[in-house]
Amino acid sequence: MTVQHKPFAITLDVGSSHLNKTGSWRSMRPVYVDRLPPCNKACPSGENIQGWLSLAEEKDYQGAWRLLTRDNPFPAVMGRVCYHPCENTCNRGQLDVPVGINSVERFIGEQGLTHNWQFHAGEDTGKKVMVIGAGPAGLAAAYHLRRLGHQVTIFDAAEKPGGMMRYGIPKYRLPREKLNAEIYRIEQMGVTLVLNHAIDNIERSQQEGNFDAVVVAIGAQKSTHIDFSGQSSIPILDALSVLRAIEMEKRNPLIGRVVVYGGGNSAMDVARTAIRMGAQDVTVISRQEEAHMSAHPFEIKEALEEGAQLLCLRAITEINGQVITLERLKTSEEHHSGHSHGVATGELETISADVVVLAIGQVLNDDCLSATPKIVVKNHTIEVNNMMQTGQDGIFAIGDAVPSQRSVTTALGHGKKVARAIHAWLNGKTYQPAPQNEVVTLDKMEPWYYSDAPRTVQPHLESMRRKNGFAEVLGDLDQDHATYEARRCMSCGNCFECDNCYGICPDNAITKLGSGKGFEFKYDYCKGCGMCEAECPCGAIAMVTEDI
Amino acid sequence: MLQQISGSIAVANAVALCRPEVIPCYPITPQTHIVEHLSSLVKSGQLQDCTYENVESEFASMSFCIGASAAGARTYTATASQGLLYMMEAVYNASGLGLPIVMTLGNRAIGAPINIWNDHSDAMSVRDAGWIQLFVESNQQALDVHIQAFKLAEALSLPVMVNMDGFILTHAITRVDMPDQEQVDRFLPPFIPRQKLDTESPLSIGAMVGPDAFTEVRYLAHHKQKEALTIIEQQAEEFANIFGRDSGGLVKSYFAQESDIVFVAMGSVVGTMQDLINDLRSEGYSVGILSLRSFRPFPANAICNALKNAQQVIVFEKSFAVGMGGILASEIHMATQRYADIQGVQISSVIGGLGGRTITKQSLRKLVDKAKQGDLDAEVFMDLEANTVVRELKRQQDEQSSGPVAENILRDMGVVSASKTH
Amino acid sequence: MTQKNTAEQTVKFYQTGTFTVGNRLLDEEFRTVQATEERSNSIDSGHRACQGCGQALGARYALDTAMRVTNNKIIAANATGCLEVFTTPYPETAWSIPWVHSLFGNVASVASGIAATLKAKGDSETRVIAQGGDGGTTDIGFACLSGLFDRNDDVLYICYDNGGYMNTGVQRSSATPGGARTATTMPVGEHPGSSFNTGKFLPAIAMAHEIPYVATASVHDLHDLERKVEKAMSFRGARYIQINVPCPLGWGSLPAHTIKLARMGVESGLVPLFEAEYGELTQSTKIRYQIPVEDYLKAQRRFAHVLKPANVAQLETIRALAEKNIKRYALL
Ligand SMILES: Cc1cc2nc3c(=O)[nH]c(=O)nc-3n(C[C@H](O)[C@H](O)[C@H](O)COP(=O)(O)OP(=O)(O)OC[C@H]3O[C@@H](n4cnc5c(N)ncnc54)[C@H](O)[C@@H]3O)c2cc1C
Ligand SMILES: Cc1ncc(C[n+]2csc(CCOP(=O)(O)OP(=O)(O)O)c2C)c(N)n1
Ligand code: SF4
Ligand code: SF4
Repeated sequence: MTVQHKPFAITLDVGSSHLNKTGSWRSMRPVYVDRLPPCNKACPSGENIQGWLSLAEEKDYQGAWRLLTRDNPFPAVMGRVCYHPCENTCNRGQLDVPVGINSVERFIGEQGLTHNWQFHAGEDTGKKVMVIGAGPAGLAAAYHLRRLGHQVTIFDAAEKPGGMMRYGIPKYRLPREKLNAEIYRIEQMGVTLVLNHAIDNIERSQQEGNFDAVVVAIGAQKSTHIDFSGQSSIPILDALSVLRAIEMEKRNPLIGRVVVYGGGNSAMDVARTAIRMGAQDVTVISRQEEAHMSAHPFEIKEALEEGAQLLCLRAITEINGQVITLERLKTSEEHHSGHSHGVATGELETISADVVVLAIGQVLNDDCLSATPKIVVKNHTIEVNNMMQTGQDGIFAIGDAVPSQRSVTTALGHGKKVARAIHAWLNGKTYQPAPQNEVVTLDKMEPWYYSDAPRTVQPHLESMRRKNGFAEVLGDLDQDHATYEARRCMSCGNCFECDNCYGICPDNAITKLGSGKGFEFKYDYCKGCGMCEAECPCGAIAMVTEDI
Repeated sequence: MLQQISGSIAVANAVALCRPEVIPCYPITPQTHIVEHLSSLVKSGQLQDCTYENVESEFASMSFCIGASAAGARTYTATASQGLLYMMEAVYNASGLGLPIVMTLGNRAIGAPINIWNDHSDAMSVRDAGWIQLFVESNQQALDVHIQAFKLAEALSLPVMVNMDGFILTHAITRVDMPDQEQVDRFLPPFIPRQKLDTESPLSIGAMVGPDAFTEVRYLAHHKQKEALTIIEQQAEEFANIFGRDSGGLVKSYFAQESDIVFVAMGSVVGTMQDLINDLRSEGYSVGILSLRSFRPFPANAICNALKNAQQVIVFEKSFAVGMGGILASEIHMATQRYADIQGVQISSVIGGLGGRTITKQSLRKLVDKAKQGDLDAEVFMDLEANTVVRELKRQQDEQSSGPVAENILRDMGVVSASKTH
Repeated sequence: MTQKNTAEQTVKFYQTGTFTVGNRLLDEEFRTVQATEERSNSIDSGHRACQGCGQALGARYALDTAMRVTNNKIIAANATGCLEVFTTPYPETAWSIPWVHSLFGNVASVASGIAATLKAKGDSETRVIAQGGDGGTTDIGFACLSGLFDRNDDVLYICYDNGGYMNTGVQRSSATPGGARTATTMPVGEHPGSSFNTGKFLPAIAMAHEIPYVATASVHDLHDLERKVEKAMSFRGARYIQINVPCPLGWGSLPAHTIKLARMGVESGLVPLFEAEYGELTQSTKIRYQIPVEDYLKAQRRFAHVLKPANVAQLETIRALAEKNIKRYALL
């Protein structure tokens, strides 16, 4: 090192520019924000999807599992049966294909089961809550209440817990050992499960058991029925009883030529179950054209692959002996709703069948509510306020029993929400959900930074193999693929420490605080150019006007 | 060691003894032989630890020196005339940055018309560039002054230009006493830069300076040149002690203090003048010479001191400011004006030797004679071919309907008789 | 530093963004220099560049990389121009490395001189970088640069190409793209738009000198840029990198759009990114999502007139240039 004798003014010492506080040039200032990823907003259980995917990509599976199960205690189940509305909104869908959120969720769920990770109950509050129904809604409510420290007892009329997860959804989509394991884990938290115990008078049971609050989670268990004209000589069954019979390993009613009437998911479940039970042939009759059937396209596709036949735009008009008369319908678009419904054409045709299964919907069985008149039932559902409380103080209702999307994930979301509402109510308060952050749309992001990454497709069982038995259709992702899939997430709206702002600032006006700690603006030097905001890949920076 | 060699080779050898570390070069007559010789010294390994580079222009050459010097190398180059002008921007820059570069200027006229021969127009064109500008009278002095130039440059952290008349000195084969390495090493210690580009101690060199400090920066540069006045004298003394020769210094007086008529001149012409005054003095003339060895800094005190007894000063110079006149003459004027006791001296400005025109003893003697008679004009273009000029001016006048009368012009030039203007 | 394994990156890093500055999932040694807390900040806060200056960024990117590669043994020389002016107005310098500014047109020679000193002193560790704007490089400094190439001096020359003399108020340089409005090529008169066509493309001229390494880079693609600087530092001799650095002032663009514009320039084909060794093209960076040149032009006021119907001929020449680049440098 030389001793430098610097000439005046011409030669300058390093570091001297720090005296020049360029922050005074600024009219806008950047701030770090958390925006709501669209998947999170779309998830009826309100999962912090981006959050747990982020842990999953780091291979911190337990962390991911813990974060996920803060909202949803059934990852292994949901990773199989959820209709994943989250994926439809995934911003990545606008670039290539949405992140396979559901498949990673399943992987995480599997990790939880493999490692036997357990839930923990909250500190005891001394309060007791009765839950009626051990379907997903009731189980989720129990889980969340337990986490909050309340004592919970669930009563269910059925032999086994799970509601429609067990008696509706067939095993080839949801292996029972997974369901059992995830339910058992909730029981392990100290939830009391009373089975084969139908409740017929809610208030009485509440008083007898000294419960401070009640959750009614009885689902929609009554099948809708149609009486056809004609003299039928074949059994006309409903989807629920058929599926339940098979679940309970009762006599198989699905023999010979099976006709399933309905265009929804339960119709597909029945059809695919019938194929597995060895039916001679299976025909699904739908009033809608295929594109408008309420069943998910992949369900239809798989049913067809497995050999089911589909007759669309037809209605059963009468059944005589084994002959079913169908009337052809034509589509008409209803202006206001855009929904299509079939219009009769008068053209008739016939087919023969050995059994007809109606899969045209389920409604609330309100028998047990009659003793509690303050609980109002309207349009076959229980009326609740936005805290899920019925007309009867302290009695709440959730799941399929109330107006809802009728899906497992919705039921789970209800379970979480009602637990918080009850928790507040028990403390004499009203539950105030945290205000939601602004949703981050793709235009607030800079997706150039992510490379193309086609979605990993979960290994499918060969259709031939799946016809013969109830083996699970969708396989698991292996760890590499799960990691890969998790890494396709763009972390919309939430800083993932990509260092872009830190690297991109032409004025070095950002401090990197170190792994996990994020960044900080040096407002002394930030000139407010907005480059960090423009180039934040995930939209986690906003420019706000400087008040001068 | 005595050697019979050309001025260029002498200088090249002297530079080599100074252990330069970086030498960029670009050819231009009449300095070319210096860098050619250095090239073979480096290539043959006689001069070691030195990077010699053929660059693509004089501008590049000086810029190369700037980089090299800023990085802490003892740096040398040479040029002349057009080359100096081509590097001009960098010439100013080198001094502005305070870089101790040594450059030989093989003095040569500037075109157009292009002319490869000697005069001092090139040196004068950079008189305000902030460099130290030294002039040498002989090849011995040329090699001696180069050795001093490095020491001076490094002591001041300023670039030094050694002016050496093209052809007259560069190409003249004379006997010189070439010092040995040990002597030079004793005189010139290794280069310790004032500031340098150093990864261990980073600095920003070459800032932009605005009105708030520019005046001060310039004043400090001026001040540094003034300091040089002392240092040049000290180093000349030191040099004499080691090498046993008087070489360098600010001015050199040959009977200047004791003569009525004194020539003031720079460079090799001093040698011719010496011959002349030896003759004249033996004839009884009171005539001397003041040789200006340092043109920048301008040694006003030393000059006045030497001229204080003179009656008539003949400032002889090999260049002039067109439209104004003798540059050195006006500077000498300025200097004498500052000395109340020598204000009465008569100063004539003589311009001669332009573009290589031979300066004869005879012509110089005429000047002395005229001066002695009190008849020397204030401004004289020595040996101007009046006939040629008159003929040309006439022709021009015929072609033009308007314009000044040729005779008037010639009168201005002192070619035709005119009233004296002292 | 090890060469980054790009294959590994494309397979493994999505949420973290394959092209982002950092990546928390990468081993430290594979991260960009800019992602590190230890980066040298060769140019530091307090400089006076305009908001969103691409050059301020490009210079820090390049210099910090070179600093890392050489263990902080870099000396830089700078031509006159924005970069010099905004970093070193007395009494404040923003440089933290040894740095010298001499003149507008001589930076290549100054750098050669520094390299000559290092050579004379037997210092092979310290490396020299010369930097200048496109004006200082393609015009006034061209002779010195060509000399540097010709001698194969051990200098990395970096040209920050913002397509004009910005420091003096946006005049045309020989690297100004055809059609662009500048203060000396105003879109007025019979043929509005610049009559100059493609601009002088110095990388190709550098290649013609057959120097060890030539590359073009852009501030929007840091990984590519750092890799190229690192590569350049692995060679001895003359090397040239030209970095595409948008200038909000000169281009008439939003400060926030600097990187975006750099990206669009590349993705339209107008700014080809490639590498060449000893005069031969060795690699080109593929366009990831090709965009029409109009999209790029639209975002800059300097091209506003080009998009008017009367100027379709000018637009065609710009399109043609993009197509030619795409073909010549195999950008797709
Ligand atoms: C065939 C079929 C397939 C489906 N597939 C899917 C799917 O793939 N994905 C999806 O998201 N959703 C699916 N659904 C919908 C989903 O199963 C339901 O929306 C969800 O189970 C509703 O949950 P719940 O807890 O509200 O009601 P349920 O699951 O219906 O549970 C209600 C529980 O209450 C008990 N109960 C009722 N009355 C009483 C009483 N009086 N006393 C005690 N206990 C009582 C019942 O025994 C039952 O266990 C499917 C539905 C069906 C029918
Ligand atoms: C010899 C000389 N001519 C002209 C200038 C004026 N000048 C200073 S910077 C500059 C423009 C610099 O342009 P460029 O090199 O493209 O860099 P930029 O400012 O665009 O980054 C000019 C013309 C000068 N300083 N020196
Ligand atoms: S990039 Fe830097 S200067 Fe620009 S707004 Fe962000 S922090 Fe401020
Ligand atoms: S004029 Fe352009 S290049 Fe110069 S500082 Fe401003 S943005 Fe940067």
